[in-house]
Amino acid sequence: MRLIIPLAITFTAGMLMILNFFIPHQPFRFLGENLQEWYLIVASGSIFLGVMNLMHVHFRKIKLKLKNWKYSPVTIIGFLLMLVTGLIYGVTELKPFDYLFMNMVAPMGATMFSLLAFFVASAAFRAFRASNWRATLLLTSAFLVMLGQVPVGAMIWDKIPLAKVWLMSIPNTAGQRAVMIGAAMGVVSTSLRMIFGIERSWLGGAD
Amino acid sequence: MNWEILGIWLGALVTLCLYSFLYRDNPFYKFAEHLFVGMSAGYWVIYTIENVLIPNWWLKMFPAEGGFNWVWLIPGIFALFMLARIVPKIAGLSRLSLGMIVGVGAGLSMVSFFQTNAMAQVKGTIFSVATGSAWDVFSSLVLVVGVVSGLVYFFFSKAHTGLFGKTANVGITILMVAFGASFGYTIMARISLLIGRCQFLLEDWLPTIPRLLGIGG
Repeated sequence: MRLIIPLAITFTAGMLMILNFFIPHQPFRFLGENLQEWYLIVASGSIFLGVMNLMHVHFRKIKLKLKNWKYSPVTIIGFLLMLVTGLIYGVTELKPFDYLFMNMVAPMGATMFSLLAFFVASAAFRAFRASNWRATLLLTSAFLVMLGQVPVGAMIWDKIPLAKVWLMSIPNTAGQRAVMIGAAMGVVSTSLRMIFGIERSWLGGAD
Repeated sequence: MNWEILGIWLGALVTLCLYSFLYRDNPFYKFAEHLFVGMSAGYWVIYTIENVLIPNWWLKMFPAEGGFNWVWLIPGIFALFMLARIVPKIAGLSRLSLGMIVGVGAGLSMVSFFQTNAMAQVKGTIFSVATGSAWDVFSSLVLVVGVVSGLVYFFFSKAHTGLFGKTANVGITILMVAFGASFGYTIMARISLLIGRCQFLLEDWLPTIPRLLGIGG
């Protein structure tokens, strides 16, 4: 019973969404549209679950004095700071929540992602050895795109930016399209397996 | 207090703390990393409340014209069931919420992925066949051959031998060029973020130091 009800909900919800697409008339349209809004609300519960888990992990770290526990209050204070300013002052511009987001969260996000430039470049330096002609092709393609993106590329040879545009719009589009079409087939088959209850791994290992 | 300068200093301090990781893992980086996790979690909770729960749930349950729309209690209860996961005795209730998320997600993504990622891409490939200069024809040929041979490479139900194997080999070649181009583009996107942060430090933050010390113009 503990499996039948979740599987029945999955089947009903999944079929309603498919029927809403193929038969866009009442009652399927009404049910499908409402279900999409319900989905947003229910999925937002997972944000709260994640945050509660994050707080649980850090309070436990402090309580048991686990490794790096001294940094856990920083996470908790940072979380409470955003939560309290957001709840009290709202999210409109020039309010404390917006101020903290613009001056701390956004710069930290941009810095974190820019750090990846160093790590991806160093990893590529180690991994991209021109061991065979295909690896050389990958290396050349990456090099041309990088060079074509900056002014020095055009200064070396004015055709380099054009080569970059061609690489991005022709071979890159072809490769990405092949991946997208293949992935779409995978999504369709996996979705059908989930709706019909063949794929049950999302139930958390319950058989 | 000058809130603008304080904001610039806060941004600069967290930026420098995070970049200190380039030397090695250190307490400044750990501090900024933990702060980022906490503040981001807080940001997303408020974002969810303001942009999802209030307009899509609360205002529909309690409309502006008055009254109480009880139907909207159902998704609220399902969202609460999600939190049951943290209480072992009633953790099973979260499967009901998950069942709904998985069902709607699977139904939605099945039709939308098939439309946008399969059919639209096939259509785009067919319509990309160009006439005109020899270069345009060559380019469209590379595109069509690239997509078809790439798909052949991803088809694992048949052994990659003979003509099929040779087509798959062409597919690998196109994919290698595509991955190289994507990789180069990703690196440059990260580099532009790095330039942005350096510009912030040099053009916004550094000029505030003489101002604070009362020297310069």
